[in-house]
Amino acid sequence: MSLQTAIAQEDTAAIPNSTIIPNGSGAAAILSAGIGSFAVALFSILADKSVYVKNLSVFYKPTGPLSGVTTAAILLWLAAWATLEWRWRKQTVALARINIIAFALLSLSLLLTFPPATDLF
Amino acid sequence: MEITTRSLWTLVHGMGFGALYLLACSGAIVLLYLRFSTEAQTNVPPRRDRFLGAYLTAMAALAWLTVLSGTYIIYPWYRAPASVGAAQLAGFPRALLLSNPATRAWHSIGMEWKEHVAWLVPIAITMAAVIVIKYGRDLRFHPQLRSALQVFLVTSLVAAGIAGFFGAMLNKNAPVEGGQTVYLVQGEKP
Repeated sequence: MSLQTAIAQEDTAAIPNSTIIPNGSGAAAILSAGIGSFAVALFSILADKSVYVKNLSVFYKPTGPLSGVTTAAILLWLAAWATLEWRWRKQTVALARINIIAFALLSLSLLLTFPPATDLF
Repeated sequence: MEITTRSLWTLVHGMGFGALYLLACSGAIVLLYLRFSTEAQTNVPPRRDRFLGAYLTAMAALAWLTVLSGTYIIYPWYRAPASVGAAQLAGFPRALLLSNPATRAWHSIGMEWKEHVAWLVPIAITMAAVIVIKYGRDLRFHPQLRSALQVFLVTSLVAAGIAGFFGAMLNKNAPVEGGQTVYLVQGEKP
């Protein structure tokens, strides 16, 4: 069952008629927020482990690599949001599955920004 | 009574934007729950949905102001390298913390975690604000969307709490000081 065509049964239960906004836009926002959060953690690990990425991440010298790590993550988040919104805005998608993916990415981002966890890599 | 400009900015960042976000976030979690609880589905005036949208938008503005002021105004002062042979490290918080094994972890764990985890907050709250504004009353037909909003809001509260806690402890162990002195109130003569 693809994400685009699947009907989120729980979401459409007990709805009086079909004039409500489909859940696609919300799903796009939620999944992209998970992706953006995970990108913060991923890029910070990459900048920590690779001198090349670290130097590449210095967008603003006084702030150092943090400027590039966060800017890149924010740009990726916005790009993912725009892309998913464009694809899903008029659709009803399987939100339960998308929520699980987004929550997993969010949990990983909390965990992977914790320095002792980062040091495991 | 006086304060340096760097201390003032740290106050604005932490006590102004950051602490206000933490307060507002607990309110938003309750507000969102109450707005869409089963008992609250009948005769809800549209202005209540507009208020919720405006509330979350204000929170998103606070979150962005917090991370941007922290990353681009205060953090450069914090991480400024100590000049060679500097006997006094008070003006270089990062170097001061790293110079003592007892305080080193405040930087290596505290600041390293804070500077990244704080960025999850504006992402989460911006998403929440956009969804609430876009869906408005229709959110009552989307329980899974509401659940996701609550999870992201709670996570943003946790992330902001981590950043706030370490920010306070870092500033206690190695305050960001310097810049011009601002005189707030002239004390009485003894």
